[in-house]
Amino acid sequence: MAKRIDVSGLSAYYGSHRAIDDISMTVEPRSVTAFIGPSGCGKSTFLRTLNRMHEVTPGGRVEGKVMLDDENLYGSGVDPVAVRRTVGMVFQRPNPFPTMSIFDNVAAGLRLNGTVKKKSELNDVVEKSLKGANLWNEVKDRLNKPGSGLSGGQQQRLCIARAIAVEPQVLLMDEPCSALDPISTLAIEDLIGELKERFTIVIVTHNMQQAARVSDRTAFFNLAAVGQPGKLVEIDDTERIFSNPSVQATEDYISGRFG
Amino acid sequence: MSNTVTARRPVADSAPLPVSLKQPRLPRWAPAGLAAAAAAVGCGIGLAAGLESRIQWGLIAALLFVLGTFLLAAAVEGTRQAKDRLATSLVWICFLLAVVPLASLIWETVARGIKVVDGYFLSHSMGTLPDAMAGGGIYHALVGTLQQVGLAALIAAPIGLLTAIYLVEYGRGKLAKAVTFFVDVMTGIPSIVAGLFVLSVWILILGFGPSGFAGAMALAILMMPVVVRSTEEMLKLVPNELREASLALGVPKWRTILKVVLPTSVGGIATGVMLAIARITGETAPVLLLVWGAKTINSNPFEGAQQSLPLYVFQQWQQGSDASYDRAWGAALVLIAFVMILNLVARGIARWKAPKTGR
Repeated sequence: MAKRIDVSGLSAYYGSHRAIDDISMTVEPRSVTAFIGPSGCGKSTFLRTLNRMHEVTPGGRVEGKVMLDDENLYGSGVDPVAVRRTVGMVFQRPNPFPTMSIFDNVAAGLRLNGTVKKKSELNDVVEKSLKGANLWNEVKDRLNKPGSGLSGGQQQRLCIARAIAVEPQVLLMDEPCSALDPISTLAIEDLIGELKERFTIVIVTHNMQQAARVSDRTAFFNLAAVGQPGKLVEIDDTERIFSNPSVQATEDYISGRFG
Repeated sequence: MSNTVTARRPVADSAPLPVSLKQPRLPRWAPAGLAAAAAAVGCGIGLAAGLESRIQWGLIAALLFVLGTFLLAAAVEGTRQAKDRLATSLVWICFLLAVVPLASLIWETVARGIKVVDGYFLSHSMGTLPDAMAGGGIYHALVGTLQQVGLAALIAAPIGLLTAIYLVEYGRGKLAKAVTFFVDVMTGIPSIVAGLFVLSVWILILGFGPSGFAGAMALAILMMPVVVRSTEEMLKLVPNELREASLALGVPKWRTILKVVLPTSVGGIATGVMLAIARITGETAPVLLLVWGAKTINSNPFEGAQQSLPLYVFQQWQQGSDASYDRAWGAALVLIAFVMILNLVARGIARWKAPKTGR
């Protein structure tokens, strides 16, 4: 089910501007990998290259290789649509489809992909996904109400349910808790702990405690100066990064001494 | 720390806060009362000075109202509030100035048109009725308008919609810029020029006769840029996050547009199309050139001259008899009602299709 991601020599551009430079790393299956680093260092850009969402931005372009087990995502003949079905994504701000009910939001991936299933099958998938996202008990009586009527934390869990309903191999999360209160954050962190049994999870976060709490491995990104491309400084077991990192810059960033 | 606090004390004491936050205010009914007083005085001055035009009475009253509010507020409340009230009263007067022509237009049309509009008027054509005689109706013009506008919408709405989707979702580079530029140019085409263009191509070069369809083509040329513009704005309002959310689920782009982008904006798009239809319904020039106007019912828009409401108004007015003036006002009333119904339908669709936020 879950797959290993092997990135080598990856650079991403916006037009002629190089946003991230020559990144290589391995993301282990069935684990949580956290990306930390200052704003603008390319964490989100790098995350978006992992399911070919980067090229959706006008002028977005990528060099290098991203191997998903033994397939290069950027190889010739690879369909970005198929890549995105395998590698799901949850965004910073909850973005349920405003025209759809809670049920339709979760079923959206299956319906819109054209893999329309029977209503009963669809019911099962929606229930399973909402349970997987710890939202079932809160919404089971109002599945036909609009998804945008939920609270922010519930909306974000709805988006997670929507992402896992299409059964991806990898789940990318771009600061999924930055717009949420501590209780909703806790709910989502617990959820990440459960989801890693089934998925490979990559999470971008600005919250160091969150990285320490949820992740198995942590990657620290940095940029030399504003306008310079972001680089991967180091990636290691989370415990080691937060106790005894091998690069001074990592320790400075984590302990709040930088610049 | 304590040093800085004591050091700051004297500064705070030297600039004390105002003793009270309360200030004298005009009572709530003051603006309404002033307006009534200004209107009364304005009428009085108008009568006394023997001014004939009611517009002059109104302008005197408006001037008195603005001056009166300003002076009274300045005396009671202070300069800042006086300026505030001055701005408020100016806004009110501008609003009234904008409403007066609209209200008087509707009043005039209803008052003059209502006496001829009845079941007979709506269900009969002019036929062989002499122009100076009372009677006759607009059925042939109604049929013509509905068919011409319907055909024009059938041509222009899909092309406009697809153009807008191309511009917002796919358009990059020179082609998109060129299309945008030409849509802008088309928005400014005078309706008579669109009519002349279709006249020269369809009738003079290709040799077809006048027909409702020829008029519809000219109307479509006028309608298309309006549809493109409004649809474009509506599509741009759809948050990019929704497109990304859909793409990240592995949904192909065309399905994302069809199932996420369009449903989110369909209310606004429908409103835009309706307003564009309302706009072309009143066009006279291309219809005059291409449909010619007929006195009898022709329900085949592809062959022969037809009639349309604005053209009917124009031709009846040209006849110059009392009966034809009445018919012109009646047709104008029906035309306004038709456009208003379209607008109401557009609002209804917009409200019905708006993304729901309820819990």
